[in-house]
Amino acid sequence: MLAESLFFSAVLFVIGVVGVLTRRNAIIIFMCVELMLNAVNLAFVAFAQVYGVAGQVFVFFVMTVAAAEAAVGLAIIIALFRHKPTVNLQQINLLKG
Amino acid sequence: MLLALQQAQDAAAHALTGTAAEWLWVVPLLPLAGFVINGALSLFSATDLGPADPSAAHADAPSAHDSGTAHATGGAHGDDAHPVVRHRYAGITSFVGSAVLILSFLLSAVIFWQYKSIEGTVHAPYVQTYFSWLPAGDLQIDAALMIDQLSLVMLLVVTGVGALIHLFSVGYMREDPGYPRYFAYLNLFVFFMLVLVLGANYPVMFVGWEGVGLCSYLLIGFWFSEKANADAGKKAFIVNRIGDFGFLVAMFLMFANLGTLDFLQLQAATPDLVAGGALVTAICLFLFLGCAGKSAQIPLYVWLPDAMAGPTPVSALIHAATMVTAGVYLIARSHFLFALAPVASLTVVVIGALTAVFAATIGLKQWDIKKVLAYSTVSQLGYMFVGVGSGAYSAGIFHLVTHAFFKALLFLGSGSVIFAMHRAYHATHSHADAQDMRNMGGLGRYMPVTFTLMWIATLAISGVPPFSGFFSKDEILAGVFARARESLLADTRWLGIPGNFVLYGCYVLGLAAALMTAIYMTRMMLYTFHGPNRTGETERGHLAEAPWIMTGPLVVLGILSAFGGWLNLPALLPLGPIGLLEHWLDPVVGESALRLTHGHAPELTHSLEYALVGTAVAISAIGIWIAWSRLKPSALVPAAQAKPEEGFERVLAHKYYVDEMYDRAIVQPTYSTSRNLLWRGIDIGLIDGLMVNGSAWFSRGVGWIGSAIQSGQLGTYAWVLVLGVLAVVGAVTLR
Amino acid sequence: MPKGDFPLFYTFHFYLFGIVAVVSALLFVTRKSPVAAALWLVNTMFCLAALYVLLDAQFIGAIQVLVYAGAIMVVFLFVIMLLNLGHPSELADARGTGWKVAALAVGVVLLAEVFTLTRARLPESRALPPGFIAQEIAREGAIAPIARPLFTEYLLAFELTSILLLAAIVGAVVLGRRRQDAG
Repeated sequence: MLAESLFFSAVLFVIGVVGVLTRRNAIIIFMCVELMLNAVNLAFVAFAQVYGVAGQVFVFFVMTVAAAEAAVGLAIIIALFRHKPTVNLQQINLLKG
Repeated sequence: MLLALQQAQDAAAHALTGTAAEWLWVVPLLPLAGFVINGALSLFSATDLGPADPSAAHADAPSAHDSGTAHATGGAHGDDAHPVVRHRYAGITSFVGSAVLILSFLLSAVIFWQYKSIEGTVHAPYVQTYFSWLPAGDLQIDAALMIDQLSLVMLLVVTGVGALIHLFSVGYMREDPGYPRYFAYLNLFVFFMLVLVLGANYPVMFVGWEGVGLCSYLLIGFWFSEKANADAGKKAFIVNRIGDFGFLVAMFLMFANLGTLDFLQLQAATPDLVAGGALVTAICLFLFLGCAGKSAQIPLYVWLPDAMAGPTPVSALIHAATMVTAGVYLIARSHFLFALAPVASLTVVVIGALTAVFAATIGLKQWDIKKVLAYSTVSQLGYMFVGVGSGAYSAGIFHLVTHAFFKALLFLGSGSVIFAMHRAYHATHSHADAQDMRNMGGLGRYMPVTFTLMWIATLAISGVPPFSGFFSKDEILAGVFARARESLLADTRWLGIPGNFVLYGCYVLGLAAALMTAIYMTRMMLYTFHGPNRTGETERGHLAEAPWIMTGPLVVLGILSAFGGWLNLPALLPLGPIGLLEHWLDPVVGESALRLTHGHAPELTHSLEYALVGTAVAISAIGIWIAWSRLKPSALVPAAQAKPEEGFERVLAHKYYVDEMYDRAIVQPTYSTSRNLLWRGIDIGLIDGLMVNGSAWFSRGVGWIGSAIQSGQLGTYAWVLVLGVLAVVGAVTLR
Repeated sequence: MPKGDFPLFYTFHFYLFGIVAVVSALLFVTRKSPVAAALWLVNTMFCLAALYVLLDAQFIGAIQVLVYAGAIMVVFLFVIMLLNLGHPSELADARGTGWKVAALAVGVVLLAEVFTLTRARLPESRALPPGFIAQEIAREGAIAPIARPLFTEYLLAFELTSILLLAAIVGAVVLGRRRQDAG
């Protein structure tokens, strides 16, 4: 099961990457990042089956961090939205150098 | 003998220490002090009127020059229409400028006397080392001056003739606004010339060499506000530079192979050199390239006729008596090298002979009196090189000395003539050329002293006995003939031709040049001093002798030209002490001269010698007769109305179009390469365009890339991030 | 769930959930409407939770549903609704075709690299006997095997995570606050 799990994990991860590269909507990009995290979680769980429960513990932490990150990130998006009523990342370029 | 000299030098302090020779350093330093003082005076008076060209041909300048204020015409003319206006500091300048030279000459005479008094004992040259100038690794060059017999001869000539010419200049340049500047440059020149002849090693000599080139440039272009004069100065300097390159390469070769540049050390190292080998031949040929530049031989003579644009005393001093003889001195000083390189020596002889004939042919058809004398100088220098090239070093130096006398006299005499012509034209405000012989004629009536002295000089240069030129020229020709019969040179092949053929041929060329010399010099005298006067009715009344400050030095030179032959009488004519100069120079060059003649002095039977002397005298007489009988001064018309020449005469008058050839072959391609390749291609295109602008463009580009990266677009950042991950993971994967 | 008991059932469901997860992910990435995309992501998470259960991580699977699908995605949907972004935007918010192709290429390359890495030999020495976790769960229950290391070995990480959550809360509140006018 390890190899198949890793296969799925890799595919999901790559889908997440492609999504990040392709989409412009900030929320969609954020959700792609969440997808990547989930793919990684799957890999950890798969390894945990072979190498011990530490993998599952790590998944626990990943989820926690993902939650925290989601909260803060969405707060940022809301704050941005108040500034400029768009979530199109191409229009959010105040850091343009 | 050299070993004995070395031992004498090493064993005890030189016999000259403690005598006046200790003051050797004062001799060049006096003119240098003169330069500083006169230069300072010149700088302080720099707001005075600028220089202008004296020749009447350029007198049609804007009317400011005719306002009666000091307008430089190169000479004082105390006309009733126009008082003499001298420079503010003329008095001090005249005194300082002449006094330093006279003092230098007196000191040189004293040193000479000291040296002569210890003659007879074997002694090495007296060297004074002042400081270590260039210690650079293996190379050790000291600032040192050396006295030996050869440098003493040159010393006396330079300071003596120089002093006379300074005195002449006091009168000639009286009204010139650049009076102190002139004397400053002249003194500087004498300083450098003294460094040249007194130097104890090649680099010190080279300092003098370059310095006289610089002063020549400064003095030729003395009236630089006329472009032609400035161009002549530039031409002299640049052509000299080509020769300097040869000198430098020779020095490099000497240092690289022999490890030293000091004269005495090099002479001691000659056993290390392969006689007739490629190295010593190369060194000598490159040295001769330097001589060809400085002493105006083919192919680098072209600057000397143009140098007549300078004041006439300058032409006398620099381009007749001293600077141009530096090349002859160099070869005499490098005798030990040339004696080991017969091919190089033969090359010197051949080029000297060719130059003598070539320049003489051009002199036949020149109308400017100074140009005649210029080509005559080139021709006589050729003679000197024939002398030193064939191993007759003392003969070459003898001709150098006598030539200094009579050529300086000729130039200064022509200066008096030009001075008088200027005064005449100035009084009538004519713009005719004061130097063109077609405007002269019959001046013998108006300037008797100058007339007589010029004839003495003409007879001397034509080789008429008993004047000095006869003895020196005859000695060179006899020397070549004797060496053609039997010598190391005769045994050598030069470019495949047997050496004796070459030497006989050069002897014949020498005779031809002597013939032509007699012709053009007599022609010059005829057109200038004899026949009817073509200057013009009103001008005639103003022609007169020059002041005594100018005529005095002429008299001295006249005496020397007449009796200078006594310096080195041949055994043939035991009228007095025989061979003074030759014996005097024997300790220096004798060994090398003998090396070239198979170890014994060249012998000519008495009958053969008489025949040679007779031939030479006959040639001179024939030349004078040809000129006297066939040239009609009365057939001349003033320059403004003269017809241009035709045919071969035109080729001669245009100097065989050599300058035009050089222009087409060398100058124009250099201009075009400089303009198109170096300026447009490299300077504007490569350096400005690619490097300067290109680096700016590159920085802008890098900045643009940087700003493109810093787009503020998160999407771009994500891309970069992912690509980075790709790269890293790929690296890990591929490992 | 030990595979040995019902191998076919197990494998079939494993692949089923796996493929559904991948398909859902693909659909998620390509939807124009954010709401639709979010819902497909939720579906993906459900399938992943199922996969976790099949991989003997029942607790993690439950947490996945509770936290990820139930909390995080809800927050996402909440923000989408709040900002009224639910409608499919008039302009497609994906980048142009060239970019999509490039992204696909990057994806393929990355996939290839990861596959190559997964082929690497894993250290056998550290591998536990198969079915080890299942035995532990059978012995102690689903939570204990995770809780024990969490509160003993990884206690420091646990505490730090709590501080992290605190920071996140504070940050979210601060960032989400409306700007106060003066006075």
